[in-house]
Amino acid sequence: MKNVFALVEHRQDKIRDISYELLTKGQELATLYGGELTALLLGNELTKFIDSLKPYAHRIMIVEDAKLKDFNAESYQIVLSNILKQEQDFLLLMGHTASGMDLGASLSVELGASIATDCTGIEIENDNIIAIRQMYEGKLLAKVNLNIKAKSIITIREGSFPPQVSNLSAKVLDFTSPLTAEPSYRRFVEYIEAPLGEVDITKSDIIIGIGRGIKEKENLLLVEELAKTIGGIVGCSRPIVDAGWLPKDRQVGSSGKTVKPKLYIAIGISGAFQHISGMKGAETIIAINKDPNAPIFSEADYGIVDDLFKVVPILKNKLTAMKA
Amino acid sequence: MNIVVCIKRVPETSESEIKVDESGKDIIKTRLTFDINESDNYALEEAILIKEKLGGTVTAISCGSPDNDATLRMAIAKGADTAIRIDTADLGEEVQPQIDSFKIAQLLKTAISKLEFDIILTGCMAKDDGYSQVGQMVAELLGIPHAALVTEIKIDAPKARAKRELEAGLLEVLDITLPALFTIQTGINEPRYASLIAIRRAAAKEIKILKWNELGMQDTELRATIESLFPPPIGKRAEILQGTTDETATKLTNIVKEKGLI
Ligand SMILES: Cc1cc2nc3c(=O)[nH]c(=O)nc-3n(C[C@H](O)[C@H](O)[C@H](O)COP(=O)(O)OP(=O)(O)OC[C@H]3O[C@@H](n4cnc5c(N)ncnc54)[C@H](O)[C@@H]3O)c2cc1C
Repeated sequence: MKNVFALVEHRQDKIRDISYELLTKGQELATLYGGELTALLLGNELTKFIDSLKPYAHRIMIVEDAKLKDFNAESYQIVLSNILKQEQDFLLLMGHTASGMDLGASLSVELGASIATDCTGIEIENDNIIAIRQMYEGKLLAKVNLNIKAKSIITIREGSFPPQVSNLSAKVLDFTSPLTAEPSYRRFVEYIEAPLGEVDITKSDIIIGIGRGIKEKENLLLVEELAKTIGGIVGCSRPIVDAGWLPKDRQVGSSGKTVKPKLYIAIGISGAFQHISGMKGAETIIAINKDPNAPIFSEADYGIVDDLFKVVPILKNKLTAMKA
Repeated sequence: MNIVVCIKRVPETSESEIKVDESGKDIIKTRLTFDINESDNYALEEAILIKEKLGGTVTAISCGSPDNDATLRMAIAKGADTAIRIDTADLGEEVQPQIDSFKIAQLLKTAISKLEFDIILTGCMAKDDGYSQVGQMVAELLGIPHAALVTEIKIDAPKARAKRELEAGLLEVLDITLPALFTIQTGINEPRYASLIAIRRAAAKEIKILKWNELGMQDTELRATIESLFPPPIGKRAEILQGTTDETATKLTNIVKEKGLI
């Protein structure tokens, strides 16, 4: 019988939303297997989290230790491998987040487990564990078979499984922390908050998101003019910030800002998941991209398949005329 | 500081049409262009910057077919001292297209453990498969600490202080003992371009080829295999405005007006 585990992710005293997604999917899988779902909760001062987790799992395993206060992939690995080495048949779910990315793959090596990362679906087909995930920047999907069935780790992309509250009442178990000290070879020092920028794009009703399709820094002028015409502000995808063309506070996406404007116009942006997760809450999304297969068109309401250098100047003129 | 940087050659897919091949498990690669993976390029630059500051050597290493040699030569042209390619051809036709992150990590580990190193750098994610696994696995196999998604490294041997990027722009600062492995996030530096002279000089440089079976590996068992590749289901899709550039711009302006979006 397979037991399903879900690693609860929390940071700076808050449970991160992905945790409830993992628990929702985990419960479904545990039911399918006739096993139990165990929520794994590592950290210190954890009691405050217990009530909100109870309805989602059969068991909550708590590892309370001041040395686990802030996430450290190396200490987490020591604890999780201690827990999971005692299991004959397990499936561990964790988020494909900055924490999950740091931890999952090395833990799989220590446990001799199969791992599939950044998954958006899990199917059990003839007793095989099949993970569904995007490849080639979202242009294809893959079914990945986890060949070591009795030891499997799957990391889940945020937003894949909408959380559903259920009516379980988890049994709370304590697991004694195996840590004698935080590993000397890796120590958490501190968090640094993203600095407040000059402009707060999250406050704007209209955002023009610009991506790598703009090609040169000089071309930004083109969209800045368009933004001025319609009273919007220019945001961007990560490569624009990486290149130093716009400051970090303009970056939309999972490692940047989450925005919910009335109108988001994505220009020359392919629509990578990390970008989408920051702008999918916009009321109306318009995309301009020369590639008809760009994933951004699956998120947008309206699309123009064309060269942005042709469309944007004409569009600017027409919008100016409309406003006059 | 002796630095090893792992690099992967990947197809450009963001602007190309991607089709599944006959096996149903791989893509048709003939019409695609290939280049160094984006975050690996930042890792290579970081390796060269560390060498320029602290001295030592940079070894670039890649797994795959002879096509990878072009990518490795470019790494030399930019400033790597030596380049190693682990040839995977002798893994056999069954295994090679299905080779998983763990197998790649085992190959890299075996090759790297024969070198002297203080720091190993990899990109944080390969753009083709998007797994983000190999670096962390190599570290675990070598028994050294790692940190993923790194956007700054300050070396103060025998330790380093690194920043890694979490969600929403939050950074984590951590101290790590060398030797260590860092998976590098894009934007950490400004990757250089190689000069024409350097490119020409690199063309004459030897790339050390290691064969899979010479590395003493026998186990061909794969831990994760692709069963099938398929196009995403047509779900929600934007209304694509049709016509000439002028017509689509007019249509869009009308939509914006009618819906009162501006
Ligand atoms: C941990 C992690 C966090 C990340 N966080 C973020 C984040 O917060 N935000 C973010 O944006 N990304 C983030 N990324 C990067 C993300 O994966 C993508 O690489 C990035 O979003 C791609 O940006 P892009 O769409 O501008 O570029 P590309 O993917 O290169 O797309 C460029 C697009 O422009 C189009 N184009 C080119 N020329 C023209 C033209 N003349 N006219 C019209 N269209 C044209 C192309 O068809 C293509 O679709 C993150 C990645 C990782 C690993």
